Amino acid sequence: MTEPLLQVRNLRVEFPTRHGTLVAVDDISFDIAKGEVLGVVGESGAGKSMTGSAIIGLIDPPGRIGGGEVLLEGRRIDNLPPSEMRKVRGRKIGMVFQDPLTSLNPLYTIGEQLIETIQTHMALSDSAARKRAIELLGEVGIPAPESRLNSYPHQYSGGMRQRVVIALALAADPALVIADEPTTALDVSVQAQIIALLKRTCAEHGAAVMLITHDMGVIAETADRVAVMYAGRIVEIGPVREVIKSARHPYTEGLMASIPSLSHEQDRLFQIDGSMPRLNAIPPGCAFHPRCPHVFARCREERPELVQSGASRAACWLHAGDRR
Amino acid sequence: MIAFVLRRFAQAVIVMLAVALVAFVMFRFMGDPITNLLGQDATVADRQAMMERLGLDRPMPVQYFDFISRAVQGDFGISYRMARPVSEVILERLPATLELAAVSGLMALLLGVSFGVYTALRRDGWLSHVIMTVSLIGVSLPTFLIGILLIWVFAVELGWLPSFGRGETIQIGWWRTGFLTESGLKSLILPAITLGLFQMTLIMRLVRSEMLEVLRTDYIRFARARGLSSRAINFGHALKNTLVPVITITGLQLGAIIAFAIITETVFQWPGVGLLFINAIKFVDVPVMSAYLLLIALIFVTINLIVDLLYYAVDPRLRVERPKAADTT
Ligand SMILES: Nc1ncnc2c1ncn2[C@@H]1O[C@H](COP(=O)(O)OP(=O)(O)OP(=O)(O)O)[C@@H](O)[C@H]1O
Ligand SMILES: [Mg+2]
Repeated sequence: MTEPLLQVRNLRVEFPTRHGTLVAVDDISFDIAKGEVLGVVGESGAGKSMTGSAIIGLIDPPGRIGGGEVLLEGRRIDNLPPSEMRKVRGRKIGMVFQDPLTSLNPLYTIGEQLIETIQTHMALSDSAARKRAIELLGEVGIPAPESRLNSYPHQYSGGMRQRVVIALALAADPALVIADEPTTALDVSVQAQIIALLKRTCAEHGAAVMLITHDMGVIAETADRVAVMYAGRIVEIGPVREVIKSARHPYTEGLMASIPSLSHEQDRLFQIDGSMPRLNAIPPGCAFHPRCPHVFARCREERPELVQSGASRAACWLHAGDRR
Repeated sequence: MIAFVLRRFAQAVIVMLAVALVAFVMFRFMGDPITNLLGQDATVADRQAMMERLGLDRPMPVQYFDFISRAVQGDFGISYRMARPVSEVILERLPATLELAAVSGLMALLLGVSFGVYTALRRDGWLSHVIMTVSLIGVSLPTFLIGILLIWVFAVELGWLPSFGRGETIQIGWWRTGFLTESGLKSLILPAITLGLFQMTLIMRLVRSEMLEVLRTDYIRFARARGLSSRAINFGHALKNTLVPVITITGLQLGAIIAFAIITETVFQWPGVGLLFINAIKFVDVPVMSAYLLLIALIFVTINLIVDLLYYAVDPRLRVERPKAADTT
């Protein structure tokens, strides 16, 4: 088997505060293969964005990586000096943020921002960089890219800007693109197009995608595998079909049940009561146990690890004996 | 673009007319111009004749219009105290004030922006803490006290720099400059620091807080995520955005420098228009006072106009324009 593109090993992200250390990402591990689309879902505050920021090395202080490692193409990148890490960002890992309205510098033209990014990572002349910028804009579906190069971000609509942001993320042909809720801030009518565009252009550039979203429907259509996060941990990870069809973790089951388009396939429909715990009040044992309909004694005391269960892996004591 | 300039220009004219009204009221009603010209013991007939000669018996709006049209031509009447045309006296004093203001303004701008950027980027460095602490002194001490302290240290104790006047000056046309002689330049140092210190600290604090704000924005995060160098991020992306709001305040500060020059000129006996104004107040030399008022207003309005145009040039969002293509996504 070939080596995965990205390996995250026991990653931990913490925030030191006056009342102790808050753990936003708690000991998570997963891989992303070359060209694969990994969906990451979970409630607000589950630690999805923090995981993405940790991988690309952009956690804002006082937050910090408190443990674990991140390997890209077999090389550790979580402890690189800033000058080395800069060569990874944009060149190896591209990033797409949630809000295209604020992601672009309002005082520079689209062309200036694209060309600057291209020339930071590739030794191209001005005219060659310009040519590449036009190509990229064309690829992401900006009509008449040559003339739009001199436009400022405010002259683009939200959907158009997110296309530009995708072009910027792909400017230096990275091997991985982390897209953090790339369509949440967009009009519903353009969301599907942007997701399709992201998937298509990344595939064309041979880039793997880590797609962070709230929307299980998007994952179902786009991702190869999905990781479900809850309170800073991965509770289930596996092929999309498998996770949707036969969710192992009760939290995933609840999540699937709350999606109208998927729930008709389920015969058991239930609502998860309560809400995710705050970081300073994560219960011992399984973090989900106060809300779990199947809770038993062990869940309250011991923290479950991810174990293989069918094609997926889940962190739930219900499947502890299921090892094969 | 043209509509924008015209609108701003019209606003400037309205402001000037309003200030002119104040200057006119001052000119016309403060003290008694007839008594000032003829003395206390003039006869009623003499006074009447003088009233008619000066046109002071005409309706007020006519007199106001007359005042404005003469002011536009640079005629502000005769100084009571010096018995010379006011415009002549002001023109003679203006270069001293403008040179002082230009040097302190430039100093305030260059140092203010540099220190502001430095303290924002090295927020926890010891030098930043030193600069911030010193700047606190800069904003909290009154100008005249700073001037007196500087005189005491550098003129009295150390004897390095002169404590008053402009030193030797050289006449170039109607402009009398202190830039070309050593004593002229030396004389400029202490007043320029005194005058510019407050504005410098203000600009510095403004740049610092704006810069910190900008560094937290999404587009700076995105610029980092694209792997741009910190140099390109800090000085290309962040600084340019920082300067957009800073331009306005800085422009106003430069106007304030000229207005505040009064205090500095008094402390250093700097022979500029500020000192002229102070002396005019002492002697109720109303024509000089109203002319000074108009001059300061004109400078403020002009700077404001330039600031607006600059703002327009820097920030593309202000250039109103419809998005070219309809949204196709
Ligand atoms: N500066 C901070 N100090 C303390 N805790 C923080 C800080 N920033 C984020 N957190 C916490 O980290 C946790 C994970 O946040 P993260 O942004 O990764 O969530 P998310 O899954 O991306 O949620 P969302 O769907 O809302 O984007 C949250 O509980 C949040 O409260
Ligand atoms: Mg998030």
